[in-house]
Amino acid sequence: MFRDITIGQYYPANSLIHKLDSRVKIIATFIFIIDLFIANNYIGYGITSIFLGIIIFLSKVPIKYMLKGLKAIFVIILITGALNIFMTPGEHVLWSYKGITITGEGLYTAGLMATRLIFLIIGSSILTLTTSPIQLTDGIESILNPFKKIGIPAHEVAMMMTIALRFIPILLEETDKIMKAQMARGADFESGGIIKRAKSLIPLLVPLFISAFRRAEELAMAMEARCYRGGENRTRMKQLVIENKDYIAMTIIAIFTLIMILIRFI
Amino acid sequence: MAIKFEKVTHVYSKGTPFEKIALNNINIHIKKGEFVGIIGHTGSGKSTLIQHFNGLLKPTEGTITVLGKKLNDKDTSLKEIRQKVGLVFQYPEHQLFEMTIFKDVAFGPQNMGLSKEEVEARVKEALDMVGIKEDMYEKSPFELSGGQKRRVAIAGVLAMKPEILVLDEPTAGLDPKGRDEILTQIQRLHKTLGITVILVSHSMEDIAKLVDRIIVMHKGKVALNGAPVSVFEHVEELEKMGLAAPQIMYIMKALKEKGLDVSTNILTVEEGAKEIASILKKQK
Ligand SMILES: Nc1ncnc2c1ncn2[C@@H]1O[C@H](COP(=O)(O)OP(=O)(O)OP(=O)(O)O)[C@@H](O)[C@H]1O
Ligand SMILES: [Mg+2]
Repeated sequence: MFRDITIGQYYPANSLIHKLDSRVKIIATFIFIIDLFIANNYIGYGITSIFLGIIIFLSKVPIKYMLKGLKAIFVIILITGALNIFMTPGEHVLWSYKGITITGEGLYTAGLMATRLIFLIIGSSILTLTTSPIQLTDGIESILNPFKKIGIPAHEVAMMMTIALRFIPILLEETDKIMKAQMARGADFESGGIIKRAKSLIPLLVPLFISAFRRAEELAMAMEARCYRGGENRTRMKQLVIENKDYIAMTIIAIFTLIMILIRFI
Repeated sequence: MAIKFEKVTHVYSKGTPFEKIALNNINIHIKKGEFVGIIGHTGSGKSTLIQHFNGLLKPTEGTITVLGKKLNDKDTSLKEIRQKVGLVFQYPEHQLFEMTIFKDVAFGPQNMGLSKEEVEARVKEALDMVGIKEDMYEKSPFELSGGQKRRVAIAGVLAMKPEILVLDEPTAGLDPKGRDEILTQIQRLHKTLGITVILVSHSMEDIAKLVDRIIVMHKGKVALNGAPVSVFEHVEELEKMGLAAPQIMYIMKALKEKGLDVSTNILTVEEGAKEIASILKKQK
């Protein structure tokens, strides 16, 4: 049941995108998101969709798998779309009823916004789908490192992220297990009004919280037992190295950004 | 027939790179009143198998019939099946949630919609069976030791008075005395009430002592299926699967090799002691 949630879950494969340095991918994704806000017309988004298509193809992640993540935020896309359709003032009134109007401008912005959101999700899920959590946090730590001097605890932030990411599947698994155990005792999580349903969650949430605290405590103890003492002087098994393909990737994202700027301002 | 599996296959996370065939074309029959043991190496699919018994997991392929009802039929009430098939999970103590032991055990019977008196009677009976005394009823389940929590959790399922009782490693991590108490209790339930019991265990000794039939799981398939004596005859096969025969069988074999004319079809220490004593008497 719960294990099937896959938003942003790492998809192991052997592709060019998978092999890129995680720092490059993080920064490129960041730039890509900014580019999405620079682009403000359909020509820009047309080029973006081709760009994304090529990257998805190179990443060897099946399209189906990638779109599954979109399903979860489908409602959000719908709501923003609807808000834009009804809230945008404009001259080309298409339909009007008791003060509610739909304008041509509204439809246009709604379309743009929805596309932007979808690209945003796809862009960032390419990052998490092709980068294992360990590489991701290593990358973040390495990017944050220069800011240590101004007091940003790079290693601690990265460690916290690693642990949080690691705990997501564990907690989902645990939820699944407890839910089944309570269902075996006749618990019903699906039917009834809102109050009954909220009440029916107690047999699930209490054991879940207890187990989360227990796990956190055990983890802390295990880390201490293995003499964990923060990032000072720690070396890594896998050093991050920038290679030729990473330079090429950076060049490509720079060119893409340039194109986005040109399209907007010319 | 209590439980019937026909060509049952279960695949986890189908269609993703994490796809895992946990059950592969399983065919089994379990008769009413039978005491069946399931053994198998870690990850062989035992827990997956038993979660199909009450419809918590649905087979990817194949049909399952429980107490005469096909589980994938639309008009089969899974709620009813879950009352009749009591499932005690691995580490059941992690599912406790109520303020008091009494209330926690009452959760199952209450969900069945029984009257208050009936619920109370059942809870008392179930807690009595697992050896939890009346003065503990109002304690929080979280104050208990691991073994006591386990008993309360098992009582929570017993209180539903299932016709089929399925236990997934109920004695893992208990001390020898606690283990014996729980197993004796299960055996008594089987004998006095005649309920069908299915026991998953890693202890060959417990299995040999208790069950009428053993199903050996290996990599999602049924590798062996039969009476304990006939299953434990295949020692080499079992060892290849990461399992073993009960210790006493090895002792009897070693004795035989050393020239003592004992039977090697011995499964429990008691039987073994008797056999050796009788042979020694004859030799005198
Ligand atoms: N929810 C799940 N999602 C994906 N794979 C799973 C899930 N549950 C179990 N598996 C996999 O299915 C296989 C069988 O697991 P199962 O829990 O049935 O084994 P088991 O025989 O009960 O082992 P153990 O003796 O350790 O309890 C294992 O390889 C396991 O990794
Ligand atoms: Mg198991």
